[in-house]
Amino acid sequence: MSGRPRQNGPAQAKALQFKLVLLGESAVGKSSLVLRFVKGQFHEYQETTIGAAFLTQTVTVDGVTVKFEIWDTAGQERYHSLAPMYYRGAQAAIIVYDITNRDTFERAKSWVKELDRQARKDIVIALAGNKFDLSNKRMVEVEEGSAYAQEHNLIFMETSAKTGDNVSNVFVEIAKMLPKVEPKPNNNGQTVRIDDNQEAQNGGGPGCCSKN
Amino acid sequence: MDEEYDAIILGTGLKECVLSGLLSVSGKKVLHMDRNGYYGGACASMYLEQLFEHFGKKDCDVSGYGKSRNWNVDLIPKFLMADGVLVKLLIFTGVTRYLEFKQVDGSYVYKAGKVHKVPGTEAEALSSSLMGIFEKRRFRNLLQFAFKYEENIPSTHEGLDLTKVTMQQLYEKYSLDANVRDFVGHAIALYRDDNYITEPALATINRMKLYFNSIAKYQKSPYLYPLYGLGELPQGFARLSAIYGGTYMLNKPFEGITRAEDGSVTGVTSEGETAKCKIVVADPSYFPEKCKKAGQVVRAICLLQHPVPNTGNSQSSQIIIPQNQVGRKSDIYVLCVSFAHNVSAKDWYVALVSTTVETDNPEAELEPGMRLLGPVSEKFVSVSDLYVPTDDGKKDNIYVSASFDATTHFETTCEDIIKIYESITGHPFDFSELDKKLEEFKNLTEG
Repeated sequence: MSGRPRQNGPAQAKALQFKLVLLGESAVGKSSLVLRFVKGQFHEYQETTIGAAFLTQTVTVDGVTVKFEIWDTAGQERYHSLAPMYYRGAQAAIIVYDITNRDTFERAKSWVKELDRQARKDIVIALAGNKFDLSNKRMVEVEEGSAYAQEHNLIFMETSAKTGDNVSNVFVEIAKMLPKVEPKPNNNGQTVRIDDNQEAQNGGGPGCCSKN
Repeated sequence: MDEEYDAIILGTGLKECVLSGLLSVSGKKVLHMDRNGYYGGACASMYLEQLFEHFGKKDCDVSGYGKSRNWNVDLIPKFLMADGVLVKLLIFTGVTRYLEFKQVDGSYVYKAGKVHKVPGTEAEALSSSLMGIFEKRRFRNLLQFAFKYEENIPSTHEGLDLTKVTMQQLYEKYSLDANVRDFVGHAIALYRDDNYITEPALATINRMKLYFNSIAKYQKSPYLYPLYGLGELPQGFARLSAIYGGTYMLNKPFEGITRAEDGSVTGVTSEGETAKCKIVVADPSYFPEKCKKAGQVVRAICLLQHPVPNTGNSQSSQIIIPQNQVGRKSDIYVLCVSFAHNVSAKDWYVALVSTTVETDNPEAELEPGMRLLGPVSEKFVSVSDLYVPTDDGKKDNIYVSASFDATTHFETTCEDIIKIYESITGHPFDFSELDKKLEEFKNLTEG
């Protein structure tokens, strides 16, 4: 297809960019998953999300480079105050729950419904049962998560941001499901970016580099 | 909730969200609450069903309007000046990365019963049907003076101290007649009435420069408008605040405040709990007792199935009806956006007609603007009181913003934000300082 990027070497292939949003109850490890995926790090006492507008990371599937623009909730999910803007244009979502906490699994189900209401119809959704490293304290059986995912057509995986188990796999599985074509240009005419500093779009908010 | 904050912000209108963002970025601990279940307060953008419900038309048949969620209708539509303060704030804070904008297709002015394009360049001005040939030359002379004028460089002043010379005197110096004055004051400097004429000319010259610098950015018009409606702006600044540690609570009823003996605020109560704080920032609806009424604005939101006539089929446009043209004291504004901005279902247009209320029959005052729209499929009319705070908030640490006025851009909105910011921090808001920080950030990300 003409929309496919050329495959003569990763340096020349233009990455297809996708917006991916994270959802899930507070403290299930949303930020930890992203930190593990993007930076290969894990902090036992990860503070509540601070300082980054979104992070980016690429994966390559079938010779195509997929670049994720990953949006964290910035804590706005805590009191059910996520703005419609958060879901706007998202092509992928990871709904995270904590396998040692039953409530977070129930909340995950309500996020699935919320996405159905707010997000575009072709969004690719993954359900991630996180804290797999604590499976001796598990309160949600793997079969239960898997069955729910299957029923709602979601990618399913149990992950551990702590050990790194399955973390990049979730993103790779999502990448496989995403359409590998250039997004259609807006047919209602050109939009303008008022930020002439394109580089900044890949970083965090102002000062993110020093804050870290 | 039972925690201590530096600032509690009430209401998620644009002003409150920008202030929340600025405070969080500067390291303050912020709690931001809204009694509504949505962002934006009085300047929210609404889905179609929300819109009908908001105007008490809940039982209307909305089946002919496409999917409700495809609509994002602004309760208070405005445009952004491309070189204005809000755009600078968006760039400085990085909030621009959450938004996509479109240029507004055209800017028009009403004269002698007809709609004319506002010239955007010197060349356009010289070919415009708005002015006669001699008027054009004199207008050009004023324009050239304005472009050259730099406040800090006396050699550009041509011997005029614009902090003292009034606009009236400047008009006389350039021999500009009433026709050109109308056009300069209302279509370019965007004054709503004629009070500016007796004021020092500097403000008008700066507004002319803002207009032409804004046009120079994207050519077609000086205005920008965000995809999905203006409601995206407060949401973007709220996200900024959250990213820097701000806590957000929607659907949070406001039940009052607690005060210290000297009257200064010590906390905000909601659902029986009190969160402690040093200051409160709020929109006027939370503290009516700290506000006075300063006039009314009448607005008609109109749903159309066609572009506004005589605007070259523009998908977005502005028409200014100067007060002198229709025997009024304040201008009437017409704004139009459309499906091209993801604010309506396919092939629908949303037009707004608004003005400052001068009579007992506000809706009738909109008539000259309504006449320009052609057939209207649905109309929502509202008359809103404008509230301004009675004090600057320093005494009790409760800082109240002013209601959104009738202007069609965000310059006065930003003036209010900056004024409140300065009252809170006690030092001037310095854009060159912001520019410097922005520059440092650029170096960090590129280096």
